[in-house]
Amino acid sequence: MNSIGEGLWQAAQLIVQLDSDLVEITSLSLRVSLGATIVASAIGLPLGAWLAVNRFPARRLVIALLNALMGLPPVVVGLMVYVIFSRSGPLGVLGLLFTPTVMVIAQVVIITPIIASVAHQAIRELWADYHDLLISLQATRWQRIRTLLWDGRRALMTASLAGFGRAIGEVGAIMIVGGNIDHATRVLTTAIALETGKGEFEMALALGFVLIGLAIAVNLALHFLSRTERGARW
Amino acid sequence: MNFKTLLLGAVAAVISTAAMAEDLKMAVTTSFANSGLAEVLLPKVAEDTGINVQLLIVGTGQALALGEAGDVDAVLVHSKAAEEKWLAAGNGTHRREIMYNDFVFIGPKEDPAKAGAAEAATGALQAIASQEAPFVSRGDDSGTHKMELRLWQAAGVEPAGDWYRAVGQGMGAALNTASGMNAYIMSDRASWLKFANKGDLGIVFEGDPVLFNQYAFLPVNPEKHPHVRNDLAMQLEDWLVSDTAKELINGYTIDGQTLFVFNAEQ
Amino acid sequence: MVGAHWLTLTDVTVRRRGKTLLGPVSFALNGSGLTILMGPNGAGKTTLLRAIHGIERLNDGRIEWHDPQDADGRAQGFVFQQPVLMRRSVLDCIAYPLRLDGQSAVQAREAARAAADEVQLRVNLDQPVFLLSGGEKQKMALARALVRAPRILFLDEPCANLDGHAIIEIEEILNRVRAGGTRILMSTHDQGQARRLADSVLFLHKGQLVEQTEGREFFSTPRTEAGRAFLKGEILL
Repeated sequence: MNSIGEGLWQAAQLIVQLDSDLVEITSLSLRVSLGATIVASAIGLPLGAWLAVNRFPARRLVIALLNALMGLPPVVVGLMVYVIFSRSGPLGVLGLLFTPTVMVIAQVVIITPIIASVAHQAIRELWADYHDLLISLQATRWQRIRTLLWDGRRALMTASLAGFGRAIGEVGAIMIVGGNIDHATRVLTTAIALETGKGEFEMALALGFVLIGLAIAVNLALHFLSRTERGARW
Repeated sequence: MNFKTLLLGAVAAVISTAAMAEDLKMAVTTSFANSGLAEVLLPKVAEDTGINVQLLIVGTGQALALGEAGDVDAVLVHSKAAEEKWLAAGNGTHRREIMYNDFVFIGPKEDPAKAGAAEAATGALQAIASQEAPFVSRGDDSGTHKMELRLWQAAGVEPAGDWYRAVGQGMGAALNTASGMNAYIMSDRASWLKFANKGDLGIVFEGDPVLFNQYAFLPVNPEKHPHVRNDLAMQLEDWLVSDTAKELINGYTIDGQTLFVFNAEQ
Repeated sequence: MVGAHWLTLTDVTVRRRGKTLLGPVSFALNGSGLTILMGPNGAGKTTLLRAIHGIERLNDGRIEWHDPQDADGRAQGFVFQQPVLMRRSVLDCIAYPLRLDGQSAVQAREAARAAADEVQLRVNLDQPVFLLSGGEKQKMALARALVRAPRILFLDEPCANLDGHAIIEIEEILNRVRAGGTRILMSTHDQGQARRLADSVLFLHKGQLVEQTEGREFFSTPRTEAGRAFLKGEILL
């Protein structure tokens, strides 16, 4: 299709010229989604491991809740976060609405269930392998979780990347809580929505290609980093 | 104020000897943002007043809701009835008319419903309805949508049926849909002229005074929300009704067409 | 201390899903050296070893260690039939128990290197453990079990999947460990291996302890019908 070719051409031009607006929104996209991924991983990975290792009465309920939250539309999350951080809301005094910080918060809510759920799956398999050994060696509960997190780090990185993938491509929530303000909270996805609304399909596609390229670059970078690390230790 | 904030303030003052840019958040409608007028006005606002206006581009309904919640300092919308209701509820200080643009009916260039032959806007709508020609509606409770519903009512037609498609989206998305379906749609002139995906569509009806679309500026009530920057909002209002603004607004054209008419009482 | 009991089991019973896997079993162990658990598949050997080590919940009965030092799970090493492979290097697998004990990585690896030496695991210790051969994996598991210098060593069919050469190597290691004073409890269904290693024998059949001998008399003069049948190769299950 002509538009796709045009879009690719525009994307190439924007990148080659290092268009200052493009650099700004791309770096904000990266900062917001990486920030959200780091925070969500810090919560979701241990939570997933903990759910895999421990048996407690509400465990099934928590897992069901995670799975349900995974399917929550980002717009709904955005609305809830908006209502909380709105000036009229309970945390309105913080003045965080329409800032990158609240965009990170919204994305953390969206991707933590995904990260926890994928981590839970991976750690459960590892736990089945390690169970007898760790019990035999009298590892404490905390030591068990640490061991599983460390030895499952590749699968856990996959979990985090799944979360990042969802965050970087998410538009519904950050549009509401960020407001898509030019030079303040505009990111790639909200810019794409804006350009599409103007009927500027080539520009929207160009930004879409930048987004895809960014997602691939982050994935490759992480895999590369983890491989060099293994080379030394493994 | 403690010592640390004093120090920070002093440092900031030294660094920015020139007018320090202060942020004002203003909710505007998609039609205003799509017109491209903001890109002309806002740099001049920053230059003249030092105010950095941050635009939140939403529908009229959401714009007023953001103002009601105190999440923005002012709103610039075009739906008089809703604005007055909003003011009556104590959400704003006052309403200042700034300018108007107009709505046009867009449709397939060959105009199969002969809407272009009508005398008045209501007549054009009746023609479309009688042919059951495909018509796309914003359906999102925006100012444009409310205007469209008022016109249907005036035309004495209940818009319903397979031919009437309410998309529940912004002006651009609705125009994209109409372009894809080769359907009729009502749009503000600016959004239409700026719209890049016209396809086989064109203006089929325009010029009826009922299609004029008044924009008004409404500062959020600082008595209800003490944190809002009413001082900046007042400065911005003064600028918006100034001669500088008048010149810029009246002089703004796309494809040689004037889009907005400045009509503030100075 | 010769002749003194160091471990006593009283009516030990393990049931899972309505099926009795073991017991009730009662016996006492005295003396040092290597005790062989013999019996056909499904006799309850694995369950008994796990129960004594404390990683199998008892439905009934009790297990008493007469020396509190023996009772500490950290003084007991366990080698599973299928070596548990951690996703780490060979060296880090062996060092792992010491890391749990709070030793520094450097310290633990040094001790792991010594343990690998002790079991004559002569491979690149920095490679991932899953690259090892079957015999090497079992040696790794043995080194890991020995790295805490256990007072008691459990082995569950450690040679089940190994070839002749690897079996001989493992047996030599076990002889050295026994000579060092570690008590060994090991299950096997290999009669040749049992005859070569046993200082004493427990013979299980259908979850019950059928015979217990202080020396190797079980192999020459079994006292029970089941024992005789097993040695003649007539009971396989």
